Amino acid sequence: MTIDAMTLTLFLPLFGAMAAFVFPRVATGIGLVTVVATCGAVWLLALEVLKAGAVVTPLGGWEAPLGIALRADGLSLAMLAMTSGVGLLVSLGALDALRDLRQRQYFWPLWLLLLTGMNGVYLGTDIFNLYVMIEVIALAAVGLTVLSGTKEALRAGLEYMYASILGALLFLMGVGFVYLHLGRLDFAGLLEAEPSGALSAALALMLVGLLLKTALFPLHFWLPAAHANATAPASALLSGLVVKAALYIFLRLTTYVPLPDEILVALIGALGAGAVLWGGVQALRAERLKLLVAWSTVVQIGLIFIAFARAGQVGLTESWKAAALLILAHGVAKAAMFLAAGRIKDEVGHDIIRDLDRAEVRPTLAQFTFALAAISIIGLPPSLGFIGKWSLMEGAMAAGYWHWVAITMIGTLLSVAYFSRVFAGFLRFDRVRGPVGEHQGWALADVAPLTLAIASISLGLMAAPILSFIELGYALGVTP
Amino acid sequence: MTDMPLLPLFILLTSLLASPILFALPERAANLRTSINLGVAAIKVALVAWLGWKVSQGVVYDVRFTVLPGLDFKLQADPLALLFVSLSAILWLITTVYSVGYLESGSHRARFFGFFSLCVAATVGVAMAGNLFTFLIFYELLTLATYPLVIHRGSAEALRAGRIYLIYTLAGGLVLLLGTLGLWIVAGTTDFVPGGILADVAAEQRLVAQMLFVVLVGAVGVKAALFPFHAWLPIAMVAPAPVSALLHAVAVVKAGAFGIMRIVYEIFGIETAQALGMTAPLAALAAITIIFGSLKAITQDDIKKRLAYSTVSQVSYITLGVALASPIAAVGALAHLIHQGLMKITMFMAAGNLAEGLGVKKVSQMNGVGRAMPGTMLAFTAAALAMIGLPPLAGFVSKWYLAQGGLDAGAVWVVALLLGSSLLNAIYFLPMLYRAWFRDGTETEAAPARQRIGWMLAAPPITTALMVLAVGGFANAPFSPLEWTRFVVAIEYQE
Repeated sequence: MTIDAMTLTLFLPLFGAMAAFVFPRVATGIGLVTVVATCGAVWLLALEVLKAGAVVTPLGGWEAPLGIALRADGLSLAMLAMTSGVGLLVSLGALDALRDLRQRQYFWPLWLLLLTGMNGVYLGTDIFNLYVMIEVIALAAVGLTVLSGTKEALRAGLEYMYASILGALLFLMGVGFVYLHLGRLDFAGLLEAEPSGALSAALALMLVGLLLKTALFPLHFWLPAAHANATAPASALLSGLVVKAALYIFLRLTTYVPLPDEILVALIGALGAGAVLWGGVQALRAERLKLLVAWSTVVQIGLIFIAFARAGQVGLTESWKAAALLILAHGVAKAAMFLAAGRIKDEVGHDIIRDLDRAEVRPTLAQFTFALAAISIIGLPPSLGFIGKWSLMEGAMAAGYWHWVAITMIGTLLSVAYFSRVFAGFLRFDRVRGPVGEHQGWALADVAPLTLAIASISLGLMAAPILSFIELGYALGVTP
Repeated sequence: MTDMPLLPLFILLTSLLASPILFALPERAANLRTSINLGVAAIKVALVAWLGWKVSQGVVYDVRFTVLPGLDFKLQADPLALLFVSLSAILWLITTVYSVGYLESGSHRARFFGFFSLCVAATVGVAMAGNLFTFLIFYELLTLATYPLVIHRGSAEALRAGRIYLIYTLAGGLVLLLGTLGLWIVAGTTDFVPGGILADVAAEQRLVAQMLFVVLVGAVGVKAALFPFHAWLPIAMVAPAPVSALLHAVAVVKAGAFGIMRIVYEIFGIETAQALGMTAPLAALAAITIIFGSLKAITQDDIKKRLAYSTVSQVSYITLGVALASPIAAVGALAHLIHQGLMKITMFMAAGNLAEGLGVKKVSQMNGVGRAMPGTMLAFTAAALAMIGLPPLAGFVSKWYLAQGGLDAGAVWVVALLLGSSLLNAIYFLPMLYRAWFRDGTETEAAPARQRIGWMLAAPPITTALMVLAVGGFANAPFSPLEWTRFVVAIEYQE
């Protein structure tokens, strides 16, 4: 068996996870080395994809229908790059954020396991494999949720686990039906299959399972508590990266087996609209900073599905690009935002929005980072979030779907409204008794979130190369 | 001298890169901060001067890179851009001196100056944007960078003002995004081209073009404080004096007015806009704003609010000049962009000095302030008289061209409007001057702590007041704003 970049991408984090679990005292070192090495592997893989378009590796030399094949194209590579890049910076942020030894011991194996699962999803080419990988992700993600050890976190983690198991179960049932019906499980098989009622039903099961895992309204109930109560680096990983795995599978599946009815597309868009409105209102009412950020994830997931749904006449062949841009933008910006929120909570001592303006310590750099990330999430120029929203609205307007344009604009205004609550807390000073100086609480720990936030803004100016990259290897122009 | 194709980018970057450095400086490092501020501002003025010389030699600048397929981030330095860039660069230098003096003992100076130079970067970007997409980027950046300055004092009132400011401007920005997207879909480009890019579209899809006009002009009209979108401006006066002076007399409202120019002249083209029947309603709206702003100004006792409503009124002169669709009126409009900036910044800085030195914030407290602060009040008086339109001061020149333009366009009512507006200007400015110079100060009223203001506060308004005299008195000299304006109008009207 030859060792290539693709195999490394998958197995490096797996071995790292095992090593970090076995040697808890050096878990941090192992974790960092593994993440850096994984970034390197992804980089090598990216060079290959740039040269050859899509790259396929049969794992262990077994060819497709029987064995496990890994495939990387522009889109999967963009997801891999986001995962390992954001993951690297979150890892650096975790160095400071996890002060508790026990937390540190468990964080690294769980996070590396999570990375394995995510990479597996982005490289996978058959649906059973994907099922295994989303279970791996779920296992690690639930572990990360309860890492903080508080009662709320445990309760949220339990709820998350139930939702996750249910989602995976639905997905597995779908996989079973597909196998009964087609006798094969790889993407190529799905693509060749004649459309039929049975296949659609199987697909529907899988899609509902995925919607539960990605927390599209009204199946989002588990998300806010889970993301708000985890420790900051875990929240950053859960919100920035984990929900994207299910989203990605959703995109792939609906490309290979198109939704049979236009109404279903519209329904998914309507659910997205529900998420944007409901999540926005809840974020307006949220009392704690991290909860607000978690609700904004619900909103953003909704927006991504709106991007998906405005596919309509043109079909997914066009609209997935807007969705992909929004996924990337949200991954980077939300990780920055959660890390920054964690820093603010650490420095101020609490994250109650109403009382932020009473704080005598103002972690200026973390607040600035939070604001930068908010610019991308609101979708103001020139951030990547803006470019994503631009593509979404451009497509919707060109296709004459004015209702999606309207929802997007309302969502933008809502996000301005709920984030400005936070800014007011940052910038108001007349309720503080003691003197408040500038530059309090600057630390090296701010570097990681700030880098992410700056990336989320400046990547917007690089949207053209990103777009041409994700199209490499016919990413979703079909032909798996 | 060798050519520097990236000169516009450098001009943008001077203040953009200064901003993070200023943020990072510790609060104590006041001297270093001042040196950086003044140094960068001076470099910027020098670069702009160089750019101006190059452009007048006929050098064309075009800096661009692709953001999305077919969609470029594009900076250009056409004469129109140069007009606005030089205004903001010069006034930035002067206001920086003023702010250093003003905030000498204040808090959060690192933050203030960081955002301040970000604002200037945004203004320069707005000026040099080569297409509507780039314009949109800097237009939003301007909103975001001014918000922390509006709420700089951090009080409940400031935050309320900030929220209103954000709602107005971000909603405007969102509508601008919608319009830009619409333009992009309909026309396939968003480039600013003299003569416009929508002539074909307007011929085929008249209604679409009309809607686009309403959306785009309405969106930038928010920042231009066009009635009924003007309400944020007086409320935002809670900001510190230098912010009100530079941003709300020059940068923000001018970005709106400048946007109207770009959209009418270079997206639609004046002939197309006229053919669509959109210029007359715009002129009417501008006229309403002019009268409305003046009437509101009369009723204000707070000096800064009175000045703010006067800005509402005066900025619409620019819109009026654009909408009259006559080259002579356009000369007046463009000249007023410069003249109004100089006059209003003088008055705001003078008002700031009154508040700092004498604690005078209301018109009713102004009795005898002329004797207490003669330099400041002389500057204020010169600017006020210019605003009223006393010849040969700056305001007279722009009003003269606007009136002639009105006659040229066959709109006699413009002359009446301008006379009426001048009368209203006199009604709200002359009492201030009268109180300041001819009434004895009643010590019982206000005036708690009299303190001498330093030269950094005293000199800037006098400097700008001298510029007001100069641009009016030497309006026909080469390189005066008026001359440059004629050059610009010749391009926009493709003569």
